[in-house]
Amino acid sequence: MVLTPEQQAILNGEKGETLAKVLKTLVMYGDAFGAEKLVPITSKYNHLVTSFGLKVMAPVYDLMQQLLDAGVASGQKFSVDPRPLDKNVPANFLQNFVFNKFMYTKQDFYEKQLMELGLLDEDAFTCACYMDEVGNKPQKGEVLSWAESSAVVYANSVLGARCNRNSGIIDIMGSIVGYVPYFGLLTDEGRKATWVVKIATTKKPEAQLLGSAIGMKVMEDVPYVVGLDKWLGTELDDAACAYLKDFGAATASNGAVGLYHIDKLTPEAVELGESLIVEGAKEYIIDDAELQRVQDNYPVIWKNPDAKPKLCFVGCPHLSLQQLKDWTEKVEQGLKDSGNKKVVIPTVFTAPPKVLEAFEKTEYAPRLKATGIITSYICPLMYMNNPLCKKMPVITSSNKLRTYTSARYYTDAQILQAITKGGNAE
Amino acid sequence: MKQFKGRVITPGTVTAEAVVTTQGFNTLASLQMPLQFGDKEVKCSDQNNAELHGKPLINKALCLPQTIGSTTGGLVLYCACALKKNPACMLFANPIDSLAAAGAVLADVWVEGVTMPVVDSLGEEFLAYVKDGMMITVKEDGTVEVDG
Repeated sequence: MVLTPEQQAILNGEKGETLAKVLKTLVMYGDAFGAEKLVPITSKYNHLVTSFGLKVMAPVYDLMQQLLDAGVASGQKFSVDPRPLDKNVPANFLQNFVFNKFMYTKQDFYEKQLMELGLLDEDAFTCACYMDEVGNKPQKGEVLSWAESSAVVYANSVLGARCNRNSGIIDIMGSIVGYVPYFGLLTDEGRKATWVVKIATTKKPEAQLLGSAIGMKVMEDVPYVVGLDKWLGTELDDAACAYLKDFGAATASNGAVGLYHIDKLTPEAVELGESLIVEGAKEYIIDDAELQRVQDNYPVIWKNPDAKPKLCFVGCPHLSLQQLKDWTEKVEQGLKDSGNKKVVIPTVFTAPPKVLEAFEKTEYAPRLKATGIITSYICPLMYMNNPLCKKMPVITSSNKLRTYTSARYYTDAQILQAITKGGNAE
Repeated sequence: MKQFKGRVITPGTVTAEAVVTTQGFNTLASLQMPLQFGDKEVKCSDQNNAELHGKPLINKALCLPQTIGSTTGGLVLYCACALKKNPACMLFANPIDSLAAAGAVLADVWVEGVTMPVVDSLGEEFLAYVKDGMMITVKEDGTVEVDG
């Protein structure tokens, strides 16, 4: 890798040993991918993936403290993934004990570190930082040092920004020195599609199921999706963006997708069309039967597969304001159809703190509350990631949550039926 | 004994017993639970990986195509190394992915006294040949010897 004189001076330790180690990390990371240079980060804000003060992650907090002690805080303000705990979310005595006394004992300490490192504000905790209410929305072509997989794939694909699927810690190291290694999704070549995915369904495919199918098929490759405009249109309106947020999160967690192109819809596909597809690209055709096959093959790891669900999470990644409004109407209608007054399974809708604040100002907030739905800023994945929850039958419409926990995936329609009518979500 | 040659990501020498996955290794799903709850054997907790689920990973030669899943993967791997609960080495059939590379580099630069050799680009033939329980020796130059 060829470094500028300024970068070389940092690497040589002229600005201190800690900063030299930060730059060495980025250089070695780039070398693994043949990066020939470091390029400046051009986004206004950064976004970090590590939001949780898990006791077991002590080495992370030690490293952050090393950075702070050396006076090398982030050069950019940043948002960060959702908090892991919220007292509004149902939890029994034992769960609360494990969460507060065993698992997340470092939460307050770590949040203090985040503030010192450059956290935007106390409400900047969400995986969907690019939402208007949150305000960390990069522009097309900007270079980022982000790591949260669902945010990276959204920024690359829907916003046209440029970011690799960095890991946690690498994200903040980039914004400390102001550079990231130039490889992969930062390059024009790395943004070309090596798969063509043809949508041949008879109805609008479920976003998180479609994303799962594509992620598991293409893994870390870039897919060019044809035929989805039939269902989403050709404008990146609220509905299309919400769909692509959920779709992308599933491609990134069920596989390792960092960028997708949607024909006639996402910015680079609109601009460059099929010239984005490399010669000899592989093909994957998705019809109704293929989506059914994918859903039917998810493992069921509940002790009793027929157990009545005890909790339902919707909003991983976090819901948008419009999604909260749409869900309010759907739940009201579902309850009306079933003759119930409140949801029959404790259900939590998760969204960014600033989206929840905006939602509270709408007429929908009291209506949703009346259905019994709980709203929260929590990260359902962090809530679920412990042995107590493993024994708990939890349902979700998030394919990311399904992937990392024992939560069982159902489509939005199945979830709606389960929480408003009860019985088997099938 | 069969020999394979790959590219060194982080150097080192080690001999260990193989555990093999032919599907992507989901670092967060595999490691967070055993790390969090003090599983001394660091048994893989990824329910979506039938080849590895429930198998001990600590001090094993983890043979894999690549890692997948959450981008906390690199820091989880870094923590595993810092807590000395890491695989003995990671041997990739494919070119390494960005999350695994981050974890390997973070451990190499920031963790004292832990060496986890990482070699990539060993080829599909490597993953087709190696089986659970085979003894593997990794050399400094990226040579991987598999004793079948």
